[in-house]
Amino acid sequence: MNNVKSILFVGVGGQGTILASKLLSEGLMKFGFDVKMSEVHGMAQRGGSVTTQVRFGEKVYSPLIEKGKADAIVAFEKSEAARYIDYLKKDGHLIVNDYEIHPVTVLIGNDKYPENLTERLKAAAYNTIIVDAAKIAEELGNIKAQNVVLLGAVIKALKLENINWNEVIESIVPSKAIELNLRALSKGIKA
Amino acid sequence: MINNHSVQNKECKGGIFMKVIMTGNEAMARGAYEAGCNIASAYPGTPSTEILENFATYEGVYAEWAPNEKIAFEVAAGASIGGARSITTMKHVGLNVAADPLFTMAYEGVNGGFVVVTADDPGMHSSQNEQDNRLYAPHAKVAMLEPSDSQECKDFMKIAFEISEKFDTLVLFRSTTRISHSKTIVELGEKEHTEVKPYVKNTEKYIMIPANARKKHYEVEGRLEALREYSNSSNLNKVELGNKNIGIITSGISYQYAKEVFGEDASYLKIGMSYPLPNKVIKDFANKVDKLYVIEENEPYLENAIKVMGINCIGKDLIPICGELNPDIIRKSILCEETKAVYTTDIMPPSRPPVLCPGCPHRGIFYVVSKYKDIISTSDIGCYTLGMMPPLNVADTVICMGASISGGIGIQKSNLMGHRNNKIFAFLGDSTFFHSGITGLINSVYNNSPIVTVILDNRITGMTGHQENPGTGRTLQGKPAPELDLEAIVLACGIKKENIKIVDPYKLKDTEDAVKEAYNSSEPYVIIAKQPCALIKEVQKKRANFKCVIDSEKCKRCKACLRTGCPALSFKNNVVSIDKNMCNGCELCKQVCKFDAIEKVGE
Repeated sequence: MNNVKSILFVGVGGQGTILASKLLSEGLMKFGFDVKMSEVHGMAQRGGSVTTQVRFGEKVYSPLIEKGKADAIVAFEKSEAARYIDYLKKDGHLIVNDYEIHPVTVLIGNDKYPENLTERLKAAAYNTIIVDAAKIAEELGNIKAQNVVLLGAVIKALKLENINWNEVIESIVPSKAIELNLRALSKGIKA
Repeated sequence: MINNHSVQNKECKGGIFMKVIMTGNEAMARGAYEAGCNIASAYPGTPSTEILENFATYEGVYAEWAPNEKIAFEVAAGASIGGARSITTMKHVGLNVAADPLFTMAYEGVNGGFVVVTADDPGMHSSQNEQDNRLYAPHAKVAMLEPSDSQECKDFMKIAFEISEKFDTLVLFRSTTRISHSKTIVELGEKEHTEVKPYVKNTEKYIMIPANARKKHYEVEGRLEALREYSNSSNLNKVELGNKNIGIITSGISYQYAKEVFGEDASYLKIGMSYPLPNKVIKDFANKVDKLYVIEENEPYLENAIKVMGINCIGKDLIPICGELNPDIIRKSILCEETKAVYTTDIMPPSRPPVLCPGCPHRGIFYVVSKYKDIISTSDIGCYTLGMMPPLNVADTVICMGASISGGIGIQKSNLMGHRNNKIFAFLGDSTFFHSGITGLINSVYNNSPIVTVILDNRITGMTGHQENPGTGRTLQGKPAPELDLEAIVLACGIKKENIKIVDPYKLKDTEDAVKEAYNSSEPYVIIAKQPCALIKEVQKKRANFKCVIDSEKCKRCKACLRTGCPALSFKNNVVSIDKNMCNGCELCKQVCKFDAIEKVGE
């Protein structure tokens, strides 16, 4: 069990954390790992804070990650990285999308959006990687592909490049979006 | 659903079955298909919804969305009586709706195998209560199976159909959010060939008049004893001996969490058939270990049964009843080990509760009603529950499907007795109205309650992820179906024609006029707010280029637009702006702006 690795995707409902973890799980399974993935549907998907969890290794029991045990956290939204930082393992990677979504609580003045997040996250975890996934995806033609850019970043961080990810994307993503996602993945791996 | 098609295409290569990664829901659907189940009926509800969506993609099966769980249960029950293997699936609270036929079908038994899936939601990710539906099995006196991963979801489903036919009982199949919505690896199997059994008229079995039911009750008790013997000999209940200092009895997802924490440092009795419980196996296991723990989520279901057997065990003294279980909690409760964070920060992330989406058609009417401070608004189960969130704050009560209208009637009666004048506005969606709102509306007419019922007709079942319903004009498979006429139904319930207003909630002025008239009405009144959900694919396509933009020269920073609560709006560095990636040009903010500072582009 010691060889089990855990990746925590966090973000805002609707950002595409589920597709990213679906692609990741599929690739890891094809490579021969035991894989478990847990996602949340329903009310939480409506703009709330959401997590998707992926664990893989020789034999995985719990689909849920314990505190302090995530090898990587992929935050699709910047402040969400702070919310879940206590799940990060020693020397774990904190991959952060350089993208802010201000919740309605902030818009109406009931809450404050934290300042200088990038610097503060870097100070909190030395292995913090800021990825401008939203901008990269927008330049590729669709901001929705930011999830696959971030997937690329975590693949690189955990040294999983030897899995045939292109084949995974081709088998899961609808045909008209394959090209965009392949490019997003390659940008993410290089980011 | 994308996955499922690919599964079917590649399921068998040269006789060796493929391994695929599936959610528990996908695996339950696959299991039902492999078991030769060919009739399914359900009402959507998180976390159960995708079982039917996936089952419907298999060839040669019949699957339908029913208007509610009781109907779905009865359709599947009828299918079983007719001789077909059948299944009905629902979320935990759905089984409350279907509890009436559950208890009587437990007496009538089956012809074709009959499986009832209850998907519970510990932690209430998307539910109004945390009921543990394992308790239904002893109450209704039916067999119950509990899978702990997707492979078991598939395998146990096949066994469930066998048990159902062998013991002449419906089988309750209990999942939870983490079983239904976790993906684990599944080895696919072959589809069994099943024939629809002959239907033979048998009034003693299928007509539960008191004389028949009295006899049946004895049969049911006898059946439970036979099932208990089966449970004692079945490998659905498995002993895994490791370190015998600690023994753990557990089931479902709790088994995975327990293994994660204790690994080989404990012995396990993993319960897969959780009713009737295998009393001999439990006794035997308890004798083999020094200290016995029961690890289960929510209710002390196993623990109480084990204690009644006179066996000492530790369960809810340590493991909390409330909330979802996880390995952290088990580690802390039993081993007193606190999992420690390695990295911490003083950054305070803003609270981020779920909200109505940008461009959500519900926002318009909630915004208008929010201006009436004396209204009591009874809400219902669906996305529109989120009308309760600030800044809209429209919702005083939410109970269960359909209770907006009936609960609203009660508050109105109470207002009368208490000499209060607050107008009642009841909010519910189209699908919820069909589910169990119609009878409430009839009651408002029959017993003369001058409440306002607002049917938020967004042409889809929204919160559960866009399922068809009797009002959408399409079946579960997306095939054309008769489209129920909401206005005609409302009329037929007895609401007068002049007391029905159909408005487009994207049009603020029209909506304001309708709300004002309804507010002043002294008779039962219905507003149908008609505009499709902004997330429907065709709607997204149609509105893809519609955006609202703010002219910052004209903007006076009065923030009136922010009070619509639309997440596409933001106020950063003293500038109000609209996120073009989120905006769908619904124009609600444009209509509330007094300075003409918002413009719609991309016509």
